[in-house]
Amino acid sequence: MKPLSYARPRTQAEAAALVRRSPDAVFIAGGTNLTDLMKLDVVTPDLLVDVQDLDLTELTHHEWGTVVGAGVTNAGLAGDIGIRRRYPLVSEAILAGASGQIRNAASIAGNLLQRTRCGYFQDVTKPCNKRSPGSGCPAIAGAHRELGVLGTSEHCVATHPSDMAVALAALDAVVRVRRATGSVSALTLDELYRLPGDRPDRDTTLEPGDLVTAVELPAPTGAPSRYRKVRDRTSFAFALVSVAAMLKVEDGVAVDVRLAYGGVAPRPWRARTAEAALLGERPTDSLITQALQAEFATARPLPDNAFKINLAASLTRAVVRDLAPAQKAGR
Amino acid sequence: MNTDTRSMVRITVNGKVHEQQIDHRSTLLDLLRETLRLTGTKKGCDHGQCGACTVLVDGQRVLSCLKLVVTLDDASVVTIEGLDTDGVHPLQEAFVARDALQCGYCTPGQVCSAIGAMDEARRGWPSLVTPDLANAEVELSTLSREEIRERMSGNLCRCGAYPSIVDAIEDVARQDANGTV
Ligand SMILES: Cc1cc2nc3c(=O)[nH]c(=O)nc-3n(C[C@H](O)[C@H](O)[C@H](O)COP(=O)(O)OP(=O)(O)OC[C@H]3O[C@@H](n4cnc5c(N)ncnc54)[C@H](O)[C@@H]3O)c2cc1C
Ligand code: SF4
Ligand code: FES
Ligand code: FES
Repeated sequence: MKPLSYARPRTQAEAAALVRRSPDAVFIAGGTNLTDLMKLDVVTPDLLVDVQDLDLTELTHHEWGTVVGAGVTNAGLAGDIGIRRRYPLVSEAILAGASGQIRNAASIAGNLLQRTRCGYFQDVTKPCNKRSPGSGCPAIAGAHRELGVLGTSEHCVATHPSDMAVALAALDAVVRVRRATGSVSALTLDELYRLPGDRPDRDTTLEPGDLVTAVELPAPTGAPSRYRKVRDRTSFAFALVSVAAMLKVEDGVAVDVRLAYGGVAPRPWRARTAEAALLGERPTDSLITQALQAEFATARPLPDNAFKINLAASLTRAVVRDLAPAQKAGR
Repeated sequence: MNTDTRSMVRITVNGKVHEQQIDHRSTLLDLLRETLRLTGTKKGCDHGQCGACTVLVDGQRVLSCLKLVVTLDDASVVTIEGLDTDGVHPLQEAFVARDALQCGYCTPGQVCSAIGAMDEARRGWPSLVTPDLANAEVELSTLSREEIRERMSGNLCRCGAYPSIVDAIEDVARQDANGTV
């Protein structure tokens, strides 16, 4: 780690100005991802701008939805009784990630903006287009079992590691951003996260000094939901594949269906093609299989991660069986 | 803005206030072990993956290896050395009674983590294995072994003392009447 300065501003404007002043300045929240990457020399800031005094800890429930401040902790959000009752999918996804200690320190914004766990990205002795643009992507010919199959490019096949973001994608959450210029934007997750293309170094559309201030959840739909995560050990491991599913069935047919996947793409992957194939239909095993085939039609599987495509399909069948037990007869 | 690479930080550790110039790169783990010589807290991986460095910050369990001291101005930290000023904490006694360790390297982190986890359960926080997580009323005294295992999954034990660690936590949890353990 190189020597660095630190500031703990009291206003968002001051914080944004500080980050804009130097190209190597970054915000720090819980520090659970940033400190790790600084120790590895993957991120080498010259200034840390602490967000803890920026008034980002609102957590309020309204008829139209819920506002979650960017500085609320992951544990605090998952444990909040209003979140558990209204959006159990969010609690489940958060509790499926990291550990109790990490969730106590980690913030909502930090969770959304955490970097990929690709091993080459974390190892500065190796080339990596995301860390040093143009140096190459050794994962494609090397270790890529954990990496992505959808939305990837020839320049980068990394996945976004967040569990919470997968639930937020299924719920149509919106991320509030205070632009460095002072204006305010509201971004869907698809607008927040970039696909790598030929610029895998840029994970998001945010510019230096843009501060994530909150996440907004629209009013709960009442559709039964479920987060399921497949990983190499039962707990405290990143996802191989995860799914956030919401399904409302009436008279045997799906009247509301949302599917988002983790562990397969550079961002939480909202499966709109599969949703469209299921909407208004009986969610039978064979239809789900077809819907998932259509969703993964553009996949670019690599030898050691092609299994994720079948895994996503079987996981979806299992989750739908949980959510619509009455549909068993329809299979 | 502060262009220095060090700042004055006021931090309470096991009840004692320390005011020190802190290099902004210093982690809480290194402050505890290297500067304050509180070597009970262990460095296993230094990357958040093992839980050996778990301490309580303002009452909550966190990983000291991923916390920069400069972000903890005015915070209060409790380590394994400060759990009980009158002697041995009931959970430490339970670890001894249940033989919940072999080499002991992970033990301080396990004990601090368990104290944090019990407090979370007392607050009614669910875990991933809580049945009907949306509506469940969580109670520490009736926490299942599966719950204890899930809540403790951030603490690895290379000696594999897990079953006895769960025994020890279960012993203390069962006696809980929502008071402080
Ligand atoms: C061993 C281990 C296992 C883990 N397992 C999982 C897992 O299974 N699932 C999972 O989802 N996560 C997992 N995590 C990751 C964890 O969830 C993240 O580290 C955490 O959510 C990051 O939050 P933070 O507040 O600590 O972020 P920080 O480390 O403080 O910041 C992360 C990034 O966000 C930026 N940032 C922070 N706040 C703002 C803001 N308000 N506006 C703009 N930018 C901001 C920072 O500049 C930085 O780039 C794991 C982590 C570890 C160490
Ligand atoms: S997959 Fe992306 S992050 Fe991993 S080595 Fe390739 S470029 Fe780097
Ligand atoms: S030393 Fe902190 S988690 Fe391993
Ligand atoms: S007792 Fe040896 S690592 Fe746990």
